[in-house]
Amino acid sequence: MKILTCPMNGPRNITEFQSFGPLKADPDPETTSDQDWARHLFRANNTRGVITEWWRHVPSNYFFLAERNATTNEVIRTFDPSELEAAQ
Amino acid sequence: MPLRLLKYGLSKDYPVTGDIPATPDLKPSYDVVIVGGGGHGLACAHYLSKYHGITNVAVLEKGYLAGGNTARNTTTIRSNYITKEGIAFYKEGVQLYEEMSEELDFNVMFSQRGQLTLAHTEATLRSFHLRAEMGKHAGTNIEVVDAQAVKELSPHLNMDEGGPLEIIGGLWHSDGGTARHDAVAWGYAAQASRRGVEIHQRTEVEGFDIEAGNITKVRTNRGTISAGQVMIAVGGMNYDMTLKAGVELPIRCFPLQAMVTQPLKPWLHTLVSSVSLHTYLVQSSRGEIVIGGGSDPYQLYSTRSTLDMKEHLAEGATHLFPFLHGVRLLRQWAGITDMTPDYSPIMGASPLKNLWLDCGWGTWGFKATPVAGKYMAQTIANQKVAPVLEPFTMERFASFDLLNEMGATAASH
Repeated sequence: MKILTCPMNGPRNITEFQSFGPLKADPDPETTSDQDWARHLFRANNTRGVITEWWRHVPSNYFFLAERNATTNEVIRTFDPSELEAAQ
Repeated sequence: MPLRLLKYGLSKDYPVTGDIPATPDLKPSYDVVIVGGGGHGLACAHYLSKYHGITNVAVLEKGYLAGGNTARNTTTIRSNYITKEGIAFYKEGVQLYEEMSEELDFNVMFSQRGQLTLAHTEATLRSFHLRAEMGKHAGTNIEVVDAQAVKELSPHLNMDEGGPLEIIGGLWHSDGGTARHDAVAWGYAAQASRRGVEIHQRTEVEGFDIEAGNITKVRTNRGTISAGQVMIAVGGMNYDMTLKAGVELPIRCFPLQAMVTQPLKPWLHTLVSSVSLHTYLVQSSRGEIVIGGGSDPYQLYSTRSTLDMKEHLAEGATHLFPFLHGVRLLRQWAGITDMTPDYSPIMGASPLKNLWLDCGWGTWGFKATPVAGKYMAQTIANQKVAPVLEPFTMERFASFDLLNEMGATAASH
């Protein structure tokens, strides 16, 4: 059984987690065109390389991010979303 | 019955004949280049050559013929969809399977034994009523049946009376069936190549030369060729392949896993699936019980098999048919499915004038092999999208005209 390391709860069984798909930049709803809005909704990073994606630890309802290789399934790291805000 | 099979059966020495010629050298130019030598690409080549008189066609296949998702799917053929566009399209798909062995003079072992989808909750049963009424309106054979009828259709089922997964009814789709996947691909390939279509195996497309909104050249590992029209139908590789032409599709790739047991005597006479258990079973003509279909719950480009999916599928299968607990597994495998946001395919035009898409087939492509081939061929021959394919345009995502077919299968989505 696979293990994913949650930034808050530590290493846990993969069945405790739910994937929420690749991280996307949030468009500004006031200024975004319909086309860009559709693109935001329906397109996602589907590369074979490393993707940054949202995960949830279901029992604690804690959302975090993971960097994972979409070909080898290797998880490079997991981190709290506050790191994103700090980087901006 | 295919005449060729009868002749073969009556012959004294059972002559061995190859159905598909060896890969020839690439010519400098083709009227139509089909990228992808799976069921869909080969079906399109067949319809182009037989009904539209276009035989200067090359089918380019990176690996061996029909070795991708055509070889990995679990061969369910059905039309129990819920949108009127979806039902109309898949209904003709089922009808074309009914005639396929005759059409191809090749026994594709189509077995129209019916599909039974189980309801364990009232909510599922309510959704079945909607699905059945939509289907009946469109002229498919589909009805909601009660628990007693379920028992009669599949007497080995564990009804779990009083239990958490009690079977309270089902959706009986008597049009549903199964066919031999290799035979479908080889039948189309044999027909197409007999009419002059060239099938190039081990020929990988590396890129496209694009001028003024047209693909002019297709670059492969065996040389560069000119193309009049180009179709892309490469299953799990559609996202990567269309990207080479500068077209980004709304696709995410997930592995779908399945497995088969050792062969047993015939006992499972219908296709059985359970939406709640994300499990479906069918007995192949060799007697193996094919058990599908678990999608990995996160994006991945890997065709590895996993123990957790094996456990999940085995749990569902042994819950429905407890006597399977002692049966051994022969194989487990995975295919990469190109999932669209609305669980419907992307067919028809692309932003490039001479590039045609037969993509986004996710977990539902095999049943559409003949009908997609037929209408993609018509589209390419007329250079105008066939009316039945219009709702499946990639532009539907920009205009929010989605065709929601989520929940059309027992695969885990």
